[in-house]
Amino acid sequence: MSESEGVVDRELTMSRAMVESIAHEMRENEEVFYMGEDVADYGGIFDSTQGLLDEFGRDRIMDVPISETAYLGAAVGAAQEGMRPIAELMFADFFGVAMDQIYNQLAKNTYMSGGNVNVPLVLTAAVGGTYNDAAQHSQTLYGTFAHVPGLKLVVPSTAYDAKGLMHNAIRDDDPVMYLFHKRLMGIGWMPAPDGPKTPVPETDYTIPFGSADVKREGDDVTVVTLGLHVHRALDAAESLAAEGIDAEVVDLRSLVPLDTETVLESVRKTGRLVVVDEDYRSFGVTGEIIARVADRDLDALDAVERVAVPDVPIPYARPMENEVIPDADDIEERVRAVLSAE
Amino acid sequence: MVSVGKMRELYADMVTARYYEERLQEEYLEGKQPAFDISAGPIPGELHLAAGQEAAAAGVCHHLRPDDTVTAPHRPHHVAIAKGVDLKRMTAEIFGRKTGLGKGKGGHMHLFDPDVNFACSGIIAEGCPPAAGAALAAKKRNEDAVAVAFLGEGAIDQGAFLESLNFASVHDLPVVFVVEDNDWAISMPKERVTDVEDGSDRAAGFDMPGVRVDRDDALAVYEAAGEAVGRARDRNGPTLLEVQVHRRMGHFMGDPQAYRSDEDEEAALARDSIDRLESELRDHGVDDDGLAGIREDAEARVEEAIAWAKEQPQPAPEDAHDDVFVNPPSGVTTDEPEFELAEVNGDE
Repeated sequence: MSESEGVVDRELTMSRAMVESIAHEMRENEEVFYMGEDVADYGGIFDSTQGLLDEFGRDRIMDVPISETAYLGAAVGAAQEGMRPIAELMFADFFGVAMDQIYNQLAKNTYMSGGNVNVPLVLTAAVGGTYNDAAQHSQTLYGTFAHVPGLKLVVPSTAYDAKGLMHNAIRDDDPVMYLFHKRLMGIGWMPAPDGPKTPVPETDYTIPFGSADVKREGDDVTVVTLGLHVHRALDAAESLAAEGIDAEVVDLRSLVPLDTETVLESVRKTGRLVVVDEDYRSFGVTGEIIARVADRDLDALDAVERVAVPDVPIPYARPMENEVIPDADDIEERVRAVLSAE
Repeated sequence: MVSVGKMRELYADMVTARYYEERLQEEYLEGKQPAFDISAGPIPGELHLAAGQEAAAAGVCHHLRPDDTVTAPHRPHHVAIAKGVDLKRMTAEIFGRKTGLGKGKGGHMHLFDPDVNFACSGIIAEGCPPAAGAALAAKKRNEDAVAVAFLGEGAIDQGAFLESLNFASVHDLPVVFVVEDNDWAISMPKERVTDVEDGSDRAAGFDMPGVRVDRDDALAVYEAAGEAVGRARDRNGPTLLEVQVHRRMGHFMGDPQAYRSDEDEEAALARDSIDRLESELRDHGVDDDGLAGIREDAEARVEEAIAWAKEQPQPAPEDAHDDVFVNPPSGVTTDEPEFELAEVNGDE
């Protein structure tokens, strides 16, 4: 049973849960501030800052020029002075504009200073496709950022997790990339599946990074995934249950640090591993998870499969986008494949 | 002095662009109502319309030849029309069809028509460096082609833009940077994101002319752009040209614009480059029938393009795997895993 069930009656969308934790941290600590494109008056294109301007004003909820290198780098500088900035970029696809500030400054200054400098910064951005916005607005890029040492990387899939992970992210003394999937936020113009809206306690609580969550228990196969695809894997598991296949769904919740133990524990029980990711297949999350399990306990593995975006940019037209972004049917098919591999 | 014939051409492109966007808006909203769902309906994804910005596109592009290069931002339709992009195939691309300019892979923010050297990008200011590169190619080949980068006023704080100005200036490249100032970068009014009132002042820091046309006047744009493009073509270096336009709609279709005052929206709607040019044409003897004739031709052209596009086939799902490379490495396919570790005999 997921830890988020049965906590309280009150249900929130994922965006409301995120905003609630940000507001709490801002009340507790005046060094926390939020800056980004369209985060003040608009409230965040994906509702990530709805209502915060009213309470905290422009000094602490800052709209910025479209100058990613400047404001993301400024966030690094403010963090190194001991402030706790949250900097939002509306699409993860846009990080490339400011990549040096991210992968050479933000990620490495702690190390290069021998630990004498630290960067308590939260970088937030929307990720993901499934709404036909083509190759420059639909990427997840989990692997790109998880690949660079020095960045913690968090991907919530439910409102409960979103709040607890955000509390943790803001309090963390290291840089944290907090990537939220547009399709899970509960935005008016982009319907979410039912899953991400969950009960959320009103009080603050943290979810430690590196603690994967078993969102569904099962004995036959382990499905490891994150973000939107937690919900697609759960849908697949329900369909498979009707065929008598009992799938366990592990939600990683953070990629750095990665909870290899929970994955291993599940694979030792089921013997079969399917890794599902919305990022590109090669050199990414799927390969990493399989490699870690193989490294640690090859004997536990009877069969593995991976489900990810083939190595193509995300296409615009619906039939092609549906082809490359994994859906529940793709997950079911690969689960059946690992079960028939013996 | 702009000839009446040229005025009629400018007007034709402007009313084509305006009507095109009105029709796209109708088509886009089909199936997305009553609860707006961005992923429903016949036109996928986001749609950024440029109604109110036609004068900038027409006034500049009427100096360009097919071999001149244009890069446009995420709001590209009016520029594409003025540059002579194939309207039918562009429309098919916007509808996500197989015969579209990009076979349905790019969509409305990513239109590429090499026949008229047109390209665009969905990332702010990132069309500026490639435009400088096209100009560099022309210079190296000793050709008199020029390049034009269009960008919004929200992009003038971006590194790619500022670096391109410097690069173009130090290499004397035949390029014109055209800033379409519609006052808004999504929800951010320009006075809150830049400390210069006129974006064209940025040119001073790069030793190039900075020119601003402070009204939605296609004829004034045409004249200013003529100097800038002529300067580039005559190998006298780059120019930064800013044109005041207006934004009649939200940043994207579905943008509720809660951040924008009613007065600002009404003021934008009240000043219209198309009305302005109509009165100029009337002053030069073009009567109602003459204007109506141009508009009817434009509307017919748009309707034909939309009807054609809607008849075009959808791409096949498996088409997604083509075109990653023009020279695909042998043995690499994207539609099957490169390897399948289907069974690990760990227990044996």
